[in-house]
Amino acid sequence: MGGNHLNVNKQHDLNDSVLRLENATIQFGGVIAVNDLDMYVDDGEIVSLIGPNGAGKTTAFNIITGVYAPTNGAVYFKGKKIIQNHPQGKMKKMYSGKDAEKYINLPVLEPTPDKITQMGIARTFQNIRLFKSRTVFENILTAKHLRRTSNYFTSTFGLNKDEEAQMREASLELLRVVGLEDVKDELATSLPYGKQRRLEIARAMATDPELLLLDEPAAGMNPQETLELAEFIRELRDKYHYTILIIEHHMDLVMNISERIYVLEFGRLIAEGTPTEIQNNEDVINAYLGVGEEDA
Amino acid sequence: MKKDNKKNFISLVIVLVFLGIVLLLDQVIKPTDNMSMLLTVLQKGSVYALAAVSMNLLNGFTGLFSLGHAGFMLIGAYTYAMLTIPDAARADVYQYYDPAIRFSIPEVLSNGIGPAGTALGVLIAVIIAGLIACLFAYLIGLPVLKLKSDYLAIATLGFAEIIRAIFQWSKLGPLTNGSNLLKGFERTSTFKLAIGDFTLSLSTFVPVLIATICIWIIVLIKNSTYGRAFVAIRDDEIAAEAMGIDLAHHKMLSFCTSSFFAGISGAMMAMVLSIAQASNFRSAMTYEILLMVVLGGIGSISGSVIGAFLFISTSEWWLRGLDSGKWLGISAPGIFRNGFRLVVFSVIIMIVVLFFRKGIMGDKELTLEMVKAWPKNIFNWIRSIPKKIKSLFSKKEAK
Repeated sequence: MGGNHLNVNKQHDLNDSVLRLENATIQFGGVIAVNDLDMYVDDGEIVSLIGPNGAGKTTAFNIITGVYAPTNGAVYFKGKKIIQNHPQGKMKKMYSGKDAEKYINLPVLEPTPDKITQMGIARTFQNIRLFKSRTVFENILTAKHLRRTSNYFTSTFGLNKDEEAQMREASLELLRVVGLEDVKDELATSLPYGKQRRLEIARAMATDPELLLLDEPAAGMNPQETLELAEFIRELRDKYHYTILIIEHHMDLVMNISERIYVLEFGRLIAEGTPTEIQNNEDVINAYLGVGEEDA
Repeated sequence: MKKDNKKNFISLVIVLVFLGIVLLLDQVIKPTDNMSMLLTVLQKGSVYALAAVSMNLLNGFTGLFSLGHAGFMLIGAYTYAMLTIPDAARADVYQYYDPAIRFSIPEVLSNGIGPAGTALGVLIAVIIAGLIACLFAYLIGLPVLKLKSDYLAIATLGFAEIIRAIFQWSKLGPLTNGSNLLKGFERTSTFKLAIGDFTLSLSTFVPVLIATICIWIIVLIKNSTYGRAFVAIRDDEIAAEAMGIDLAHHKMLSFCTSSFFAGISGAMMAMVLSIAQASNFRSAMTYEILLMVVLGGIGSISGSVIGAFLFISTSEWWLRGLDSGKWLGISAPGIFRNGFRLVVFSVIIMIVVLFFRKGIMGDKELTLEMVKAWPKNIFNWIRSIPKKIKSLFSKKEAK
């Protein structure tokens, strides 16, 4: 069993979750960046993943999106196992995490990030990664590429006029929704910071996802902008019924919009619960404020 | 959308007018004329323009820095040559070997369906040349495309050199004629169209036409959804992959497409030079093409075309006098001797690179609005020269 499991709701059927991580562990050399992480996100939920710097939040995102294969453990999406691995090669000897025997005879599943996106998981990046030579509109349009039905030949010779028109229409619609229509022909990188963040979210939405992973969407924003962002994210969820997982440092935003929160420290889950529960959790307070040696 | 249609129509008209002018020049200028260099420049320029544009598709749009272009052109040139040498001429060409291929596609077709068969045969041979280059690209791409930036460049450069060595290998003599050249195949200087008593010379028109069609197709690719995916890979590979773009698949598509058109430009080069010789396709050729791409502007198709034609006309035509004693009316046999042309040429290239840091076009395409704005822009540009020269010598990093 997974060791220090925290109070996971026993009545809850985990197979109904949109996203579920099971014993997800990743070890780089001798360092375990994410340690035996179990978490789930239910349909239509907004869940936050928080923790001090270097706690392994982005690494957890990278496991879900296929950037890194976990050293051990599995990821489920809509009840279906999409990622699974166990220590291999040199890692067999070096692995110092748990539950290696649980997956040893199970098949390895290591889809590349594009396959994950294809399944319906889209993400944004902590340090904005827009297509810098392209306009706002083209950034969105490019993300529509993965839902194409035309092939190389038909799209080159314009035999997919309808699809192309649809892509353009849908991209425009999306820009209207996120309020970037007026800047659609500007270079993506010429936008102010807040709008670039918004564009990144819109670009992720263009891939028609069910699950949105937002990596520090409020980084670098002032309180007013953060408030607007919270409103924006909630609107999106209500309108498109997205399931949303957020990494964030702005506690205002986290406490404002999250339905549940997971707290990581040194790669390990130290708390899970509603915003109120987390705010009063002693482990979390210690992790953020630090504990004096004598108290520990 | 309507605006796009109008734009497309205007560009189509411009291209057709250009092709018409080339066809006319082909008739008016005789090989003995002073102006015959213009035809040479148009022929060679269109070969290099296609090569540069196809390299730009890979290096400029997809951001894969590959230096294997000469290798793919070599494959194209040899494939074309091997398929179009008339059977009767084979014994003469393959002096030391027993030719393995004993038919010529244009010949077979012209025996079947008359003179039009020759043209069709040439066309088929050109396309096969592209396809064979594409096939090689696929095979080499499987292991090599996993590499990044400099490593990819080194691997593809090595591939091109290996291909050149293999094509000169005596064991392959029955196919490639070993280290000897291939000749006697269908070449542009003999392309003609007889209408009644009147004969149209097509020696310049055909290569220009092939290059135009191929470049047009590359423009279409660039504007398609796949083209957008290629640019996304160049801009940010990680973001592109996160947006669901299959990197391996799209890189392979771009690599194969680029090599396909490189193969065609190789076939055109064989056609224009009327010989195919492996030793011509050195890595220096790749660098020349790269230079055209860089001069024109990485990521600009019209830039590559302009770069190629400027490069060819400068090195082949405008500076020719520097090698033969008299240039622009200045007679100085002492200085203007063999090799001086290259000195001047190198200096010009350095000056261009210093003044146009992003190439002539940057990453923009030539548009009508740009042409309309030229008088003003050129004036401004000339005015800014002193400032630019000053900035060359200042210690600050140039922007």
